[in-house]
Amino acid sequence: MSDERVLAIVIVGHVDHGKSTLIGRLLHDTGSLPDGKFDEILASSKRRGVPIEWSFVLDALQAERDQAITIDTTRVWFRHDGRRYAIIDAPGHRQFIANMLSGASEADAAILMVDVTEGVSEQTRRHAYLLGLLGIEQVVVAINKMDAVGYDRKAYKSVAAEIRAHLAELDITPAAIVPISAREGDALIAPSANMPWYTGPTIIEMLAGFAPASSRADGPLRLRVQDVYRFGTRRIFAGQIESGQLAQGDVIAVAPAGTTARVAGIERWPNPGPPLARAGESIGFTLDTPVYVDRGDVISHVGTMPARAFACDVALFWLAEDPPVPGERLRLQFGPTEARVTLEAITRVIDTRSLETAAEAGQYTVLEARLRSTALLALDTRETGSPRCVVLRGNEVVAGGTVLAVVDETRSSNLTPHAHLVSRDERAERRGHRGAVLWMTGLSGSGKSTLAMALERRLFERGMNVYVLDGDNIRAGINRDLGFSADDRTENIRRVGEVAALFADAGIIAIAAFISPLARDRQTARDAAGDAFHEIALTADLAACEARDVKGLYARARRGEIAEFTGISAPYEAPEHPDLLLDTGRDSFEINLERLVEYTLEKTALPVKR
Amino acid sequence: MLWSMGKDSTALLWLARKAFFGSVPFPVVQLETEMELPEVYTFRDELARDWQLDLRIELCPPESSVDQSLAPNSRAAARKTEGLKNLLEREGYRGVIVGIRRDEQATRAKERVFSPRATSGDWDVRHQPAEFWGHYTTDVGEGMHVRIHPLLRWTELDVWRYHERENIPLVSLYFARDGYRYRSLGEKNITTPIKSDAATLAEIIAELETTTQPERAGRAMDHDSEDAFEKLRSAGYM
Repeated sequence: MSDERVLAIVIVGHVDHGKSTLIGRLLHDTGSLPDGKFDEILASSKRRGVPIEWSFVLDALQAERDQAITIDTTRVWFRHDGRRYAIIDAPGHRQFIANMLSGASEADAAILMVDVTEGVSEQTRRHAYLLGLLGIEQVVVAINKMDAVGYDRKAYKSVAAEIRAHLAELDITPAAIVPISAREGDALIAPSANMPWYTGPTIIEMLAGFAPASSRADGPLRLRVQDVYRFGTRRIFAGQIESGQLAQGDVIAVAPAGTTARVAGIERWPNPGPPLARAGESIGFTLDTPVYVDRGDVISHVGTMPARAFACDVALFWLAEDPPVPGERLRLQFGPTEARVTLEAITRVIDTRSLETAAEAGQYTVLEARLRSTALLALDTRETGSPRCVVLRGNEVVAGGTVLAVVDETRSSNLTPHAHLVSRDERAERRGHRGAVLWMTGLSGSGKSTLAMALERRLFERGMNVYVLDGDNIRAGINRDLGFSADDRTENIRRVGEVAALFADAGIIAIAAFISPLARDRQTARDAAGDAFHEIALTADLAACEARDVKGLYARARRGEIAEFTGISAPYEAPEHPDLLLDTGRDSFEINLERLVEYTLEKTALPVKR
Repeated sequence: MLWSMGKDSTALLWLARKAFFGSVPFPVVQLETEMELPEVYTFRDELARDWQLDLRIELCPPESSVDQSLAPNSRAAARKTEGLKNLLEREGYRGVIVGIRRDEQATRAKERVFSPRATSGDWDVRHQPAEFWGHYTTDVGEGMHVRIHPLLRWTELDVWRYHERENIPLVSLYFARDGYRYRSLGEKNITTPIKSDAATLAEIIAELETTTQPERAGRAMDHDSEDAFEKLRSAGYM
């Protein structure tokens, strides 16, 4: 039985060095051309008055034939000796390098074509550099057009030495350097009678020896969540396993949040199948606790989580015509994971032709740069996982690259004063979320402060603007003139409501954690913030709160040391229709926190643009 | 998602069901020329019922309304192209999922998995966005839509092997009867069966592993001229 897996080969090199001809000839010589295609090529070549043109096999588009160059990446299949191959033909023309990258990124192995009459050219060097950047390690060099130099051994040796030296600088060791004539079919399938001095392998022998790029089954688990499905209360997280494996019962970590949960089950359709999934599989899974998981989150095992940081150093192959500008806003993508970043600094620019440091960053240069995000990023380097990233400016792909290093810094909090004449929508657009007042009400000891602080941390790590208002920071300053009389308590809540509303208007998520026992006081706060107000009721029965009594307040109230203590000697008017109800007596802190995170993200998300 | 009831788009529907755990969460559109073989219509109605598809049938404009410079064999494709344009304009869909493959036809080899198009369907083959490392162009500008080709990297053999592995329902015409079977299903007036004794999936796979006949050999439109397919595609054909 033959190897079922197709070997994908990319053929790269200078525009006129014979790539398409090699493909046409390989298809013909392995008997892989569909019936009638050879006659079509003959007829087509004849009509254009040129000798048989093998590249016409590929050049399907009229525009291409007229120009006699390859426009885009194409893919053709052939079979030889029981093995299937897919050839990706990548164009050599300078302006089509984005296509070359698109094609070559899918390849297991590469053939680098060099014209023996021209030697190593600018494009040869650049394509060789890209092979290194893409991480293609199986490379064979074909020294083409040997027929044009009378199959001269010296000509071959000289060009072979030149390319070998250049590849060495890039840390690429070619598996072989084969002298060929693509047009005449020399040394493609069978050894060439024209070059008895060459005793090395033919092109097909080299390809037969290459293996499909190994799937990363042995690496640490990485799965990027593509979607979250809700079936009633059940949530299935879907994605493809990039590396490692995932089994029922595994304890996983969700990056960048850093939360953990146990895998309740592996889900497939129509049958769930085995409780284990491996690299390459697209699967669903469920968790035993309601941890908040969103598209783009990276699932790993605890202990082998990706690094988490607000910045990273990257090497980027710049594709866009407009050069990168320090300070500009970009989108950094790792598959479905995306973050908005600022190009903080360009530290080095490399000319891919000479491999020297270049003066200016621009199209087709490689730049080393630092990217910084306002949200925590989950990052892998080559040592821990796939460091490959794609960078966009607006909707345009401007670069592909790799993460070189994780910059382990925390973001300094600098507040930007806002100019007047800025709308609420504009503020929300800039922040990436809307402002809100999350009003947490409940008995003393019901868990308001603990949840508020944890929620603040979680939202902050997602890059959101968030601040907790509580008795400590309000009573110490703005309300220090107030005591604990009934009127002062009402005034206390009124001021908190107004301050929170200002925060929300400024685009910030204000979390207000106050007992606020009276419905009419809470209504005043709601009136101040309008539809940005969310009433979150924490319910726990008095006995549970009293049992917890973190600050010893209940004990003091029981002893009569605190007058009008809510729940003991003053009423608590529980909200009748809260926007969110958390039963802190029944459910764990973790469960309630996940509900809060989820609720907040949903309510502060920007409207989807069409 | 476009569904022609053929082996490719039926495999694609199956993939969608797998991806979404049993349901297809978007409309399924058939570009109707009223020229399919009777078995194809029966298959369509049965599957739409059994799989609870949100099936929309888009009637394509008549042959008399399409470019008359096209050879007659290519006019069904032109009708579908027009039908698709009408659908996109009327419904305002921003994405169309199509089951084409790179190995079907040389021009399709140039496709991206996510291919941005003008609403008119025009395909700017010279300025396609780069697509690598799992990045796809999902955001397109106003007045644009994106053609999504999940099967682009599959080969004809891959599709058959997938059918065999997953046991997906198929139109009976693909299996040989009296020494003939359909390898590719097009409109009834322009598609002919091939000589074959392959009556099971395993036999079809064995047959394809050795054939040098192109897949669409039974499709008359592909032999009109070397430019017909390209003209159709740059005008928005799938």
